[in-house]
Amino acid sequence: MAEYATTSQIGSKDQLEPNIRQQLTRKKRPGEMMIQVFLLLAGAVSILTTVGIVFELGKESLLFFQTPEVRLWDFLTGTRWSPTIGSFGVLPLVNATLMTTIFAMVVAIPLGLASAIYLSEYASIRVRKILKPLLEILAGIPTVVYGYFALTFVTPILRSILGSDTVQIYNTLSAGLVMGIMILPLISSMSEDALSAVPRSLREAAYGLGATRLETSIKVVLPAALSGIIAAVLLGISRAIGETMIVAIAAGSGPAFTFNPLKSAETMTGYIARISGGDLSYDSADYNSIFAIGLLLFVITLGLNFLSRKLVVRFREVYE
Amino acid sequence: MKPFNSWMIGNGNQESLAGRHRKGKAWRNLFVSSLVIGVLSLVVLLFSIVDQTMGWIVVEYKNQPSELSLQPLEALNQDELVGILQDNVTARRFKALNQAIPFTDRSTEDILDLITEEVLQPSVVMSYRLSMGIFNREEMLADAAERYPDAELKFHLWIKPEFLNRPMSSNPLFAGIRPALLGSLFLILITIGFAFPIGIGAAIYLEEYADQRVWFNRVIQANIENLAGVPSIVYGILGLAIFVRALGGITSGSFVGIEGGNGRTILSAGLTMGLLVLPVMIVNAREAIRAVPQSLRLASYGLGATRWQTIWHHVLPSAISGILTGTILTISRAIGETAPLIVVGAATYLTSDPTGPFSKFTALPILIYNWTTRPQEAFRNIAATAILVLLIVLLTLNAAAILLRNRLQNRI
Repeated sequence: MAEYATTSQIGSKDQLEPNIRQQLTRKKRPGEMMIQVFLLLAGAVSILTTVGIVFELGKESLLFFQTPEVRLWDFLTGTRWSPTIGSFGVLPLVNATLMTTIFAMVVAIPLGLASAIYLSEYASIRVRKILKPLLEILAGIPTVVYGYFALTFVTPILRSILGSDTVQIYNTLSAGLVMGIMILPLISSMSEDALSAVPRSLREAAYGLGATRLETSIKVVLPAALSGIIAAVLLGISRAIGETMIVAIAAGSGPAFTFNPLKSAETMTGYIARISGGDLSYDSADYNSIFAIGLLLFVITLGLNFLSRKLVVRFREVYE
Repeated sequence: MKPFNSWMIGNGNQESLAGRHRKGKAWRNLFVSSLVIGVLSLVVLLFSIVDQTMGWIVVEYKNQPSELSLQPLEALNQDELVGILQDNVTARRFKALNQAIPFTDRSTEDILDLITEEVLQPSVVMSYRLSMGIFNREEMLADAAERYPDAELKFHLWIKPEFLNRPMSSNPLFAGIRPALLGSLFLILITIGFAFPIGIGAAIYLEEYADQRVWFNRVIQANIENLAGVPSIVYGILGLAIFVRALGGITSGSFVGIEGGNGRTILSAGLTMGLLVLPVMIVNAREAIRAVPQSLRLASYGLGATRWQTIWHHVLPSAISGILTGTILTISRAIGETAPLIVVGAATYLTSDPTGPFSKFTALPILIYNWTTRPQEAFRNIAATAILVLLIVLLTLNAAAILLRNRLQNRI
């Protein structure tokens, strides 16, 4: 090690001999630099994707709103969507999306939350080890399969219970219910994570004060995990709004402004899928309209996801 | 101070202990039954699919078998069968069939199948699901006898090996999923070919190089999390605008001399899907890289290795099982994805197999979507059969991922 100068010999940087200074500066490695640049670019692809989404959706939406028949105000408040006669009111599509989302959440929130409380507060390790993967299988089934299930199984059941005159073959109720089953595992596993993260000491304090297991779970653990649970629900809502195949198959094709869940109505995503599935010529009103609706969808889901993540982060700060 | 949700189970102070325990039990049952409902719906879902993959069908023939020969067709020898075929199809069709595979090289069963398909031309006029045929047999027989008195009611297995290998057909009896299976396979190859290197590259950058204090790196990270939540159909719209339209000259293959196509090709769809799975890929790879113990890196640096040498020779080899597990799970997610493919322009009806990245394509979930939305019962049957194939593929992939994960856990 004789050729290296020790600290005591060096003193200050300015007094260094030129050859020692060279030894102490980092060696230039062009190969390493190139690799690092490639890796940086790989990371930047995700940014390009976002930029691409915002740019393309924005550009085509602008074109859409520049067509003479379309006015932004009518788009947002109109109750009739029929491009052939030039009325572009997005409310029927939004309304159908909201209806399917509400039905989905009516199924998914109580069932998902109750499953999560059971798995986290009651179940033994062995039971959890069996039941949790079973629920997770539900999350891995492709959505087109759920669409099939809604149309060929749930709808016929609804029709035989309520009468085939009142329930149409395509209806938002069936699509919403099945969507709820699809979202259930998401809500249950995220909520369970939130519940499990609540420190044991809180539960033990409650038991020590004489609370039953139910009282502990509901009055102590649940409020403590609330922000995580709300985050799960928000993510579930965002998933329900963006879900396409179930509604494209089971909710009906053809925009309709109806509050009757037993009638067919087309959602935003269903509309995009139907229009783009047919022969679509570039720069037509149809083509541009899917970008405008896509932009609306993007903004809504992005907002919900953002809120959900903020809540999760806040909740982590409390206990970790 | 009362918690905000005390309304849910009331205020315990005024109740007896026994009452509180009773209430606890009742709620516990409620929690269990929610979980049971979830698991039960999985069982019902799977049952409703398997139930449709076999059952009873009512078949009507365009030409009755009895008109072709006096004896049953199965009893005839090969030459007689070829004779029947020659008499009943046009000379041109006969020649074409002979050119595809000479009749002398075909087996008797094969020629029998040809006669069924070309001459008899059976069509399913009614289909009963398996459970109906077993539990409501009388009702089914009565219904079939009343509505189709002349037609034949027989048991039919929709799921059979030929289903995988046949091209698409407008007759459910002869339909298969080969172009769709191949399309899905090509699609996944392109998706992974695109997302694997970029996803891992981004993961390495974020875990090993990026300084979290630099705003740019924080933006990348937040951005990836946001992208993971964007609905898949929005990616489809992006793919339509960028890959199909703007880059149509490249994705249609016209730059390598393929004429007359448009950008609605496997390449466009694969790249779109690649963008879609990229965030998931990055998150999985990051987790695998993060799990590599820091001591390994320090030891490598201590021996004088550079940063990339450390990553290449030590970090990646230890993280590779985790990365592969994540990749398999990503693939299984991409296989079932339907919405972006519809927007990018998957073909609904395709008789020829895809031949390369620039050919038109269809995929298994697209096929399921199309068959499901047809009104005839028999298409529901083949849709269910295709779903079963898809689910088996997914199950196999997930099992492989679990095996890989277990191997990894045993090693450390």
